[in-house]
Amino acid sequence: MSRNPRPHLSLLRVAACTGALALALTACGSGSGSESAKSGSGGVKVGLITKTDTNPFFVKMKEGAERSAKENGAQLLTAAGKFDGDNAGQVTAIENMVASGVKGILITPSDSKAIVPALAKARAKGVLVIALDTPTEPQSAVDALFATDNLKAGELIGEYAKAAMKGKKAKIATLDLAPGVSVGVQRHDGFLKGFGVGAKDPSVVCSQDTAGDQTKGQTAMENCLQKEPGINVVYTINEPAALGAYTALKAKGREKDVLIVSVDGGCTGTKAVKDGKIAATSQQYPLKMAAEGVKAVVSYAKDGKKASGYTDTGVTLITDKAQAGVDAKDTAYGLDNCWG
Amino acid sequence: MTATTTPYAGLTTPSTARRLLTAPTTGPLAALLIACVFFSFSTDQFLTGGNFSLIVQQVMVVGTLAIGQTLIILTAGIDLSCGAVMAFGSIMMARMAAEGSLPPLLAIGLGLLVCAGFGLLNGVLTEKIPLPPFIVTLGMLNVAFALTHIYSKEQTVTELPGPLTALGGTFPLGHTDITYGSLVTIALFLLFAYALSGTGWGRHVYALGNSVEAARLNGVRTSRLTIGVYTVAGLLYGVAALLLVSRTGVGDPQAGQTDNLDSITAVVIGGTSLFGGRGSVLGTFIGVLIVGVFRNGLQLMGVASIYQTLITGVLVILAVTVDQISRKKAR
Repeated sequence: MSRNPRPHLSLLRVAACTGALALALTACGSGSGSESAKSGSGGVKVGLITKTDTNPFFVKMKEGAERSAKENGAQLLTAAGKFDGDNAGQVTAIENMVASGVKGILITPSDSKAIVPALAKARAKGVLVIALDTPTEPQSAVDALFATDNLKAGELIGEYAKAAMKGKKAKIATLDLAPGVSVGVQRHDGFLKGFGVGAKDPSVVCSQDTAGDQTKGQTAMENCLQKEPGINVVYTINEPAALGAYTALKAKGREKDVLIVSVDGGCTGTKAVKDGKIAATSQQYPLKMAAEGVKAVVSYAKDGKKASGYTDTGVTLITDKAQAGVDAKDTAYGLDNCWG
Repeated sequence: MTATTTPYAGLTTPSTARRLLTAPTTGPLAALLIACVFFSFSTDQFLTGGNFSLIVQQVMVVGTLAIGQTLIILTAGIDLSCGAVMAFGSIMMARMAAEGSLPPLLAIGLGLLVCAGFGLLNGVLTEKIPLPPFIVTLGMLNVAFALTHIYSKEQTVTELPGPLTALGGTFPLGHTDITYGSLVTIALFLLFAYALSGTGWGRHVYALGNSVEAARLNGVRTSRLTIGVYTVAGLLYGVAALLLVSRTGVGDPQAGQTDNLDSITAVVIGGTSLFGGRGSVLGTFIGVLIVGVFRNGLQLMGVASIYQTLITGVLVILAVTVDQISRKKAR
């Protein structure tokens, strides 16, 4: 065993760390320099915390918030969980934002219940908290909610599917989000309500969770077809899940005679409606949620008045095969207003 | 064998200055200080007692996991299951106390025991079959994850009784509110720093990590020691579970999904070698602080969170590079 410590090694170590750190810091420092300078000039700080950084829905939300912040002379701080469901990451982001002196926080909670204590702490310090897209449980844990009416979004595609089936006997598969997540539950319930069947109706032959993921959506659809090959209506929580279902159906040569409906209105999804892969989708507007949220925080900073209650940011049925009695817009409109 | 086997070398005493310079924690400590200085100049809100208390509070869960992870990595093992085991422990404590109407302290005790049990099982499978720790703990990661979701029925547990969230409470120190949980974490770091550097057990852990054969020939009961290390690590995950519950105020079945890699990240940034036998828990403490300081500082500056991930990645590669270079030179 060597008993010969070598000081120059650790010097090398320190030097290496220092050098790389300096590089890393300069690199990111230059990107943010303008922002930190602005905070000195008294712009209102607004925090936006999304479920993840990567989902196009949240990317669009961030874009809306950034634009609105620029227009209103506010400074936007953003953060996100590492994965959908990362409550601890969101709690940390809330704490850091409160420490940095934000006037208000806009958040899409990853876990509607688990986030509540952390939000209560922030509100106790006078921070305006607005939930975007996903309500907290209880909803009173935030000052206000700016979101799509997910029940209505489900109802629209349910009514559409009912009309499109023209009285044919339906065998329904539902590709859901995850247990206990309000968005998923509301869309699912709304769809059944619009279709006019109860929760335990025998026409619902297969229900699987997909986490809104295309690969999982495909697996779920494959399993559902294995269970009940005669499925002819597929409700999906979002368009990635719908495209996964489409792939599974196509592999069985069933893509033409199965009706897929979905919710979201992302650009990829809307294009899939145009291409006929998805029959209809309920389009929602994340950009508007975030933009309205930033405005609400800025106005709270000005006059101390807090936004409250629920604001419906709207939902539109998009399809190129309109059915009598169901209001809808075509994909040209959908593509003009899509996100992602 | 290596230039920095500080506690294991022990026979000759290098001068204090030399020891400081050659300690594996010197590099990480320098990095931490530089980061602190940088953030102090970049944003007004960084250099306050309240903010430092906040940073420690934010790293206490991963920090406590990382103590267990350090012990295991020092024996040249690895634990991928720590976050999942913690999640199971936390959901057990929360459900038993909130819904199963067990006395809260009993629920906490059972949660600690179950986590230690997972550690014991990891250790026994690693030693007795024997299986590579990577495989054993990869399997256990899935087992614990699934059990968490089955047992919790995917429901977040709220309205927890007082004792479960007591460690999340604060006391004032000057003008700063300190969380009790932070003190628990710091105390554990000090305890294990002492255990590793000041006791026979600690010397044996380093010996085992350097060479199982050599350790055995020197009379170390390696099998028992390994199982012991995994069990102690499991118990630490139980403490982390309690800290997690106290910090968030809920039992969350989704918790801990990236904490295995986060704890390994902290260990590696803190200068502990993944090949075993070299490193320290104090280095790991610095490692978790580095991650916490960057997350907090960049957030205060208004830098998007994806850059935190970027910098953490760079730091990991850097730390391992430095470790490799120093090993080569020492040979």
